Amino acid sequence: MAFYRPARYQKPLVIVLLLALLVLPPALDAWGQAFYIGFATRVLIFALAASSLNLVLGFGGMFSLGHAAFFGAGAYVAAICMDNGISDALLALPLAMTVAGLLALVVGAISLRTRGVYFIMITLAFAQMTYYLFVSARVLGGDDGLPLAGRMTLGGLSLSSDGALFYSALGCLALVMTFLGRLAGARFGRTIQAIRDNEARMEALGYPVFRYRLVCFVLGGALAGLAGALLANLTGLASPNLLQWTQSGTLLVMVIIGGVGYLYGGVIGALVLLCLEEVLAGFTLHWHIGLGLLLIAIVLFAPRGVAALFGKSDG
Amino acid sequence: MAEALLEVRGLSRRFAAVDALKEVDFSVDAGEVHALIGPNGAGKTTFIHHVSGALQPDSGSVHFAGRDVTRLSMHQRVAAGMARSYQITNVFLGLSVLDNVALAVQGRPDAGGSFRFWQPVSSEQWLFDEARTYLDQVGLSARVETVAGNLAHGEQRALELAMALATKPQLLLLDEPMAGTGQEESGRMVELIDHLARHVTILLVEHDMDAVFRLADRISVLVDGRLIATGDPEAVRADPEVRRAYLGDDL
Amino acid sequence: MTQLVLEQALNGLQFGLMLFLLAAGLTLVFGIMDCINLAHGSLYMVGAYFVAAAAQAADSFWIGLGAGVAGAAVLGLVLELSLFRQLYRRDHLSQVLATFGLILIANEAVRMIWGAQPLLLNPPEALSGPVEIGNFFYPAYRLVIIAFGLGVAGLLYLVVARSRVGMWVRAGAANREMTEALGVNVQGLFTAVFVFGAALCALAGGLLGPLLAVQIGMGESVLILAFVVIIIGGIGSIRGALVGSLIVGTVDTLGRALLPTLLRAALPADAAATLGPALASILIYLLMAAILFFRPQGLFPARA
Repeated sequence: MAFYRPARYQKPLVIVLLLALLVLPPALDAWGQAFYIGFATRVLIFALAASSLNLVLGFGGMFSLGHAAFFGAGAYVAAICMDNGISDALLALPLAMTVAGLLALVVGAISLRTRGVYFIMITLAFAQMTYYLFVSARVLGGDDGLPLAGRMTLGGLSLSSDGALFYSALGCLALVMTFLGRLAGARFGRTIQAIRDNEARMEALGYPVFRYRLVCFVLGGALAGLAGALLANLTGLASPNLLQWTQSGTLLVMVIIGGVGYLYGGVIGALVLLCLEEVLAGFTLHWHIGLGLLLIAIVLFAPRGVAALFGKSDG
Repeated sequence: MAEALLEVRGLSRRFAAVDALKEVDFSVDAGEVHALIGPNGAGKTTFIHHVSGALQPDSGSVHFAGRDVTRLSMHQRVAAGMARSYQITNVFLGLSVLDNVALAVQGRPDAGGSFRFWQPVSSEQWLFDEARTYLDQVGLSARVETVAGNLAHGEQRALELAMALATKPQLLLLDEPMAGTGQEESGRMVELIDHLARHVTILLVEHDMDAVFRLADRISVLVDGRLIATGDPEAVRADPEVRRAYLGDDL
Repeated sequence: MTQLVLEQALNGLQFGLMLFLLAAGLTLVFGIMDCINLAHGSLYMVGAYFVAAAAQAADSFWIGLGAGVAGAAVLGLVLELSLFRQLYRRDHLSQVLATFGLILIANEAVRMIWGAQPLLLNPPEALSGPVEIGNFFYPAYRLVIIAFGLGVAGLLYLVVARSRVGMWVRAGAANREMTEALGVNVQGLFTAVFVFGAALCALAGGLLGPLLAVQIGMGESVLILAFVVIIIGGIGSIRGALVGSLIVGTVDTLGRALLPTLLRAALPADAAATLGPALASILIYLLMAAILFFRPQGLFPARA
């Protein structure tokens, strides 16, 4: 494989998309579909979460089945902050990122000493441990999770309106994607991609491979924590279900559908999966079957993911 | 008298029930080309693995530039000034030739590390300029934009060499650089190594005897994991134990 | 107290042996075909449903068990021929995606056919009472489960360690290419292994059905434990799966039963009530993480 290189039409496409998103809430309002602003926010948040996994999996080559642990941790930090009087997102969001990042540091420091399927399993194990710890803690709401007393404020601005939260999520996503885009072309991006492709050679070129992998893993975890905190605001609840391995699986599916290692793979995957859920659920109660069949079809017929179908080349 | 840049003392390693290396005492002086030869299975590549840090010995030590590096990992030894090329070509097949060498330059300690998240690498012209100089040295200037996977075998060996050079090593470990090259390619490779030898100390593992006798200042012979001879080429050529080990092969 | 410990130890043995049924199939599929099958838990669930439905229809537990296992074997055959055969040559990511899709399909299909409520599965009349062991009573049915588990373990040992097929299986787990090169019908072997694994899942699901609930999603929680078992035991090793299952089964059961009591003696009631179940749940994962750290290939690695 080669270094990620954006397709020529990517920049204009992204700008168009961004503009469209900026006018989405008022447009939905005008069409009497204001309900969908919440759905759109959900898509933005999962796009962020999936992109954080794409950094770890697609660019870093680390097949982690425990990413949900950081996602859920972020949500819980947000809820705990609200409970303890920290209702300013400018404080709470960085805090969520820090805690999730620290958790990723611990998990990564141990897990990254293993390889292949063992790495998959040990990340899974850590995610399960996190789940059980959170679910057993009565002070954190146990099975029911920890509700948020309300939505946070961004500086002085309240996020209780759906529109405000949408724009905050959009802002976060835009910032993160800009950062990831620069990262991909910078020394760090090249380094982790090269490590993904040929770890032994990088070691032989003098790169401290473990260190770079760990930093990548921690970054991914922190960004997942950001997404989790935003989700807690959206749903009003930090649920232990966010920590389950099936949640990790969902994020994984998003990244794979969207295109592993393509910058917008996570965004596309989240959009496709969540929209599919909405559409299919409208048709039948048993839409999960359709989704399952689709996943299998993708594996059999479009293994490089949806992004590859659109011919985004990687050289 | 030249000091030993690399010194190996009493290196031993067992794999299951086999003694791969037995009490090997070996040294490479600064500025020389020291060739390591021996029949197939003698343990030459295993030895290189131990010098470069890919493997750890059961007993014995490795000293480089006066330091005991036995416990250091591979990337730490590379940072200290050791570089190696591989017997089986191990370049980044999906990247261009230029990107391959640029990665090597980027990895040098004096390049400032790769924890940079914002500035695009494409703007760091000096990385690519320097990469081109190494590619010039190995004769690949015409192929800088080619994807490494599309190179001819001999060209890939040259790329290997360029990447090793880009780390600006004090000691270059060359593991069978002639492997798989034809007559003409190997001739060029010999000239290349000869030229490089003026600037860098070389430990050369090779089967190609013509190349060895053209290039080496000293030759050591490894048989069944034991070092049985060390000395200048003529002395080694005449050594009866060496002749016996090669069972009458043309020395 | 000793009575409690003994009883829990037997429960742990029983749970461990059932885990073994699951883990054995999983470790072979993973070890020989290098295929991550997240839907292995779904086979367990569907198998349990087959057994429960058949048992209700025939009004007999044993007929239900037999029919259910047979049905699951047929399902396994269909899946192997249609889907898994394509997955073997794919990378792990693709396998995860496809089998994740299978989980979705399985859960939903079961819901469509049998509804959202758990199915009732009763143990056989004759075994629904307790049996006297020494000076305490233990459910007869659980003893039968233990017997089944030991029986299967013994059978697997005979087949894997002593028969030609078993030799091929072990060879395939150690080195697939070599086994193929030696002329073994590897494709047929794969199918057989997969189908056998599905049958074992159904057996476990059917036997545990009367004790746990036959419900949607029952596969997911047990799947993780099965993965933990094969990591601890060593991928591709039946012996490892047995040892791993027994370790996981007993540690998990005893941990859940005894830890809260032990902690209550040492800590204030509040903390113990919280920490107890939490610690018990994560004990298994700590164990796995520790084993991975010190002996990453597991206790009995099949691959050289």
